[in-house]
Amino acid sequence: MTRPTPETLAHSARRARAAAEHSGAAEHTPAPRTTAVPAPPAVRQAAPAPVSGAGSLVRSLEALGVDVVFGIPGGAILPAYDPLYDSTVRHILVRHEQGAGHAATGYAQATGKVGVCMATSGPGATNLVTPIADAYMDSVPLVAITGQVARPSIGTDAFQEADIQGITLPITKHNFLVQSAEEIPQVLAEAFHLAATGRPGPVLVDIPKDVLQAQTSFAWPPTLDLPGYRPTLHPHGKQIREAARLMTTARRPVLYVGGGVLKAGATESLRRLAELTGIPVVTTLMALGAFPDSHPQHLGMPGMHGTVAAVYGLQRSDLIVALGARFDDRVTGKLDSFAPDATVVHADIDPAEIGKNRHADVPIVGDARHVIEELIAAVTVEQSAGHRADLGDWWTQLDDLRERYPLGYEEPADGTLSPQHVIKRLGEIAGPDAIYVAGVGQHQMWASQFISYEKPYTWLNSGGLGTMGYAVPAAMGAKVGKPDTVVWAVDGDGCFQMTNQELATCALEGIPVKIAVINNGNLGMVRQWQTLFYNERYSNTELGTHKHRIPDFVKLAEALGCVGLRCETAEDVDRTIEAAMAINDAPVVIDFVVGKDAMVWPMVAAGTSNDEIMFARGVRPAFDEDDI
Amino acid sequence: MTMHTLSVLVENKPGVLARVSGLFSRRGFNIDSLAVGETENPDVSRITIVVNAESSPLEQVTKQLNKLVNVLKIVELDPQVSVARELLLVKVRADRAARAQVLETVSLFRARVVDVAPDTLTIEATGTPDKLDALLRDLEPFGIKEMVQSGLVAIGRGSRSITAGPALRAA
Repeated sequence: MTRPTPETLAHSARRARAAAEHSGAAEHTPAPRTTAVPAPPAVRQAAPAPVSGAGSLVRSLEALGVDVVFGIPGGAILPAYDPLYDSTVRHILVRHEQGAGHAATGYAQATGKVGVCMATSGPGATNLVTPIADAYMDSVPLVAITGQVARPSIGTDAFQEADIQGITLPITKHNFLVQSAEEIPQVLAEAFHLAATGRPGPVLVDIPKDVLQAQTSFAWPPTLDLPGYRPTLHPHGKQIREAARLMTTARRPVLYVGGGVLKAGATESLRRLAELTGIPVVTTLMALGAFPDSHPQHLGMPGMHGTVAAVYGLQRSDLIVALGARFDDRVTGKLDSFAPDATVVHADIDPAEIGKNRHADVPIVGDARHVIEELIAAVTVEQSAGHRADLGDWWTQLDDLRERYPLGYEEPADGTLSPQHVIKRLGEIAGPDAIYVAGVGQHQMWASQFISYEKPYTWLNSGGLGTMGYAVPAAMGAKVGKPDTVVWAVDGDGCFQMTNQELATCALEGIPVKIAVINNGNLGMVRQWQTLFYNERYSNTELGTHKHRIPDFVKLAEALGCVGLRCETAEDVDRTIEAAMAINDAPVVIDFVVGKDAMVWPMVAAGTSNDEIMFARGVRPAFDEDDI
Repeated sequence: MTMHTLSVLVENKPGVLARVSGLFSRRGFNIDSLAVGETENPDVSRITIVVNAESSPLEQVTKQLNKLVNVLKIVELDPQVSVARELLLVKVRADRAARAQVLETVSLFRARVVDVAPDTLTIEATGTPDKLDALLRDLEPFGIKEMVQSGLVAIGRGSRSITAGPALRAA
């Protein structure tokens, strides 16, 4: 395979981008999410026909409309791979099961569809534990199918046996150990239904090898039997009216928007509600893109590394309207001092989230889209009765903070390349139609701060679990789900070394993702904490990717069948990004060699109050005396 | 901290008890007593859990329990308007000299002797936890060789049934 060199690519970059814009490659409206409790998710009917259990599994996946499965075969799951060989379902052979799990997650987050991964028993299944836990924390619809040793061997410490149902009990929405081949279609249909509806989440289906080998008959659709599963979608009218009354009378209200709004496909409704009420909006790390960053009512992201305006807005509010958000500790800071004057309206599809961390004065259980639509109607009624709060003073305070404490960074004094500059330019060049996938750490926070998210489903990351190594496989999954969209992984040198083997998968399977390794030679976020809280004692955070250039990320990329580029100076940043943008036939890795001392600001140190937010090292925002 | 008695109706399927008990242990709640059995509907089992906890963390556990797909319904039973019983089997030292006194205690508590050996009696008693505690206190001086207690089972007073409901009939 011949590939253009970076030099020649730089020339064609602009042309390639223009062509991409013309060809409609930017279109990536996600499929509408169906959160209503549907009839069995049948796409067609099939009269009973004799098949093996494995055949029944593959035909069930086909009937459920699965177009891709990420996985690795092995002993116990092997029977399933035989009918898969002839199936319309595309199987992508990954290099590590963790990659399969995160790829399925990235696919699900980019498309709104259920992501599917498959692994064998024992180590295959346990390698899925991290991505399953990740999907559980971020409410991602995922179905993991694992082989299990044959039923007579279960519990005997057989070769490659692990009790994966027991292991994943606390990290799945539900899981199944299939007991007979006859139940395969029903279990699969139930697994997909559970994963996709209500509060989405991962579901594991463990299938013993002898069940896969047994003869059975396949018929579709099966009947779902889930008497204990009844998600509440429609909110209570009385609570909605109370919320609307508060929203039209509060003096310092804030809409606190979480990932549930994206999951419910409620972003358009959210915008209408925000504009109808004029209430300031903050979007959490899981909700970036749910409300345009450029919208004048957007205060930014709240939390540990949120904007001063967003943190202060929540902290000083007299009304918080939480929509599909869960008052996570990274958002609230020290819980007892969080937003002391706020009345809380908390809307979530999961009743267990309401009042879990912060008492809800007005609890609302329902799907975010229904909740927001009904709030719009109820607020309209209040407004036509003449109830409308004057938010002028509130906006004056917030605008003043936005002006005085914008997101920013200082160029490193030592002349090294600034990581924030790299990420900012990446966002500007790739634009708001690209999908950005981050790992976990400083680069993730900078990517959340310095890329402007204008559209839903363009920002994927591991929010709840904080899984280093998420970015490369998740970007792979997103690209498979959205092949016409540019997908950039923004990764750190630590994260990248955890899962980069999936670039081999990308190269061979024709999945041209782009990876920006923000290489500061260190576990950057840990180092930042060592700088701030451990007396600059840098215990075990130096990775040697600078000092020894081990590994050499350009050579590594090439060895994995990708194009490898390196950028070490500010002058080369645009040219290198444009070169990568011009490559559409192979994955590209850029090794951005950046300074190691850059830090993520603002910051609310762990365990402290949001009142203690630091704008930069040693700099606390000066709030008006009246405000505090 | 107060004692709470939860009646949890679940689908009668393998592994459900592990899912339920796992939620309690994860949050550091010690289950004081647990009893599981079939209901009038063989597809539905009833778990009675007695737990010593503050109300607000317990509410969170109850909500999490409700999220379990196999859990059909949860009711907290108010001790004022419910009947609660435990079963006790206790093997008491009762030689010729003490036997009469032991038998007197047994009849006082309306318990029964279910097995007799030359130097011991095995006694069966049902009642509220308080009554069984009192019985044990009285038997203690004779010498308790072995005892076993069931979990508490409880049911609401009056004609209302917690197992009536569309979800439960569907199960």
